[in-house]
Amino acid sequence: MREPIGQKAPANRKVYRLELPAASENLALIREFVGGIAENMGFDEETVINIELAVDEACTNVVRHAYNNTTPPERARIRIAVRPYSDRIEITIADNGKGFDPRKLPSPDLVRYVRQMRRGGLGIYLMQKLMDRVYFRIQPGVRNEVRLVKYLSAPGNTTDRASESARSNSKKTGK
Amino acid sequence: MAKFEVQTTEEQGIVVLALQGYLDAHTAPEFEKTLQKVINQNQYRIVADLQQLRYISSAGLGVFMGFIEEIREKGGDIRFCSTEPKVYKIFELLGFPALFRFFPDRQGALASFQQDASNQES
Repeated sequence: MREPIGQKAPANRKVYRLELPAASENLALIREFVGGIAENMGFDEETVINIELAVDEACTNVVRHAYNNTTPPERARIRIAVRPYSDRIEITIADNGKGFDPRKLPSPDLVRYVRQMRRGGLGIYLMQKLMDRVYFRIQPGVRNEVRLVKYLSAPGNTTDRASESARSNSKKTGK
Repeated sequence: MAKFEVQTTEEQGIVVLALQGYLDAHTAPEFEKTLQKVINQNQYRIVADLQQLRYISSAGLGVFMGFIEEIREKGGDIRFCSTEPKVYKIFELLGFPALFRFFPDRQGALASFQQDASNQES
């Protein structure tokens, strides 16, 4: 049975945390950190890359937009928390920068968008394409959070190729 | 730590950019500089050889999008070749194949430019 998303983790629940300066030079490290955990959980290679990319996009948004030049460098931080569940991975990317209104983001007709040769705005679209669930919780200056969820084997999820594994078989029958 | 490199060569009057490694928001500015340099030299026929490119994020894709309009206005193009399947999937997800031409190998991409040139002459 699936555990509810975003539920309070029990005390014994594993949480992997990483806190870094919000700088682009740390993106590779963040990808490796999250990718390593996803790989250990049994996600196939393609899905691991997709998860890394979605996390990269979320972190790139923080690096580029969350803080401005007046933010003291020691306060411009990015916080990653990875929670492995039996059926999914949840990754939270948080900052305490200026935030944004997720309702105002383009939900682009991508072909048209790309035809207009527009740059930027693709990150959130990619996150939504690559992950099963994407949640935003925005409290400007306090805590802005993007939560990304990927199931080990989602029904009808064509990007998941782990259906042959005993792990995902047990998911299907493990009600 | 993930690295990115780009090698610029010229073959048959066409600029070949061989991308290597990881193209993300950290390494995109370096690639942008390289592409700008090419354009500053009035070279608009460009092949991006992605054989050694292991990873691309939207920041990397944005570099191509930022230049393509200007390049096409000047009668040129950026054409991709030798893209690894997992990298191609990202291009695909963003609808790039509708806007850019992809070739299985470098020779094919170079030949397509030569073909354009001979079509214009005839």
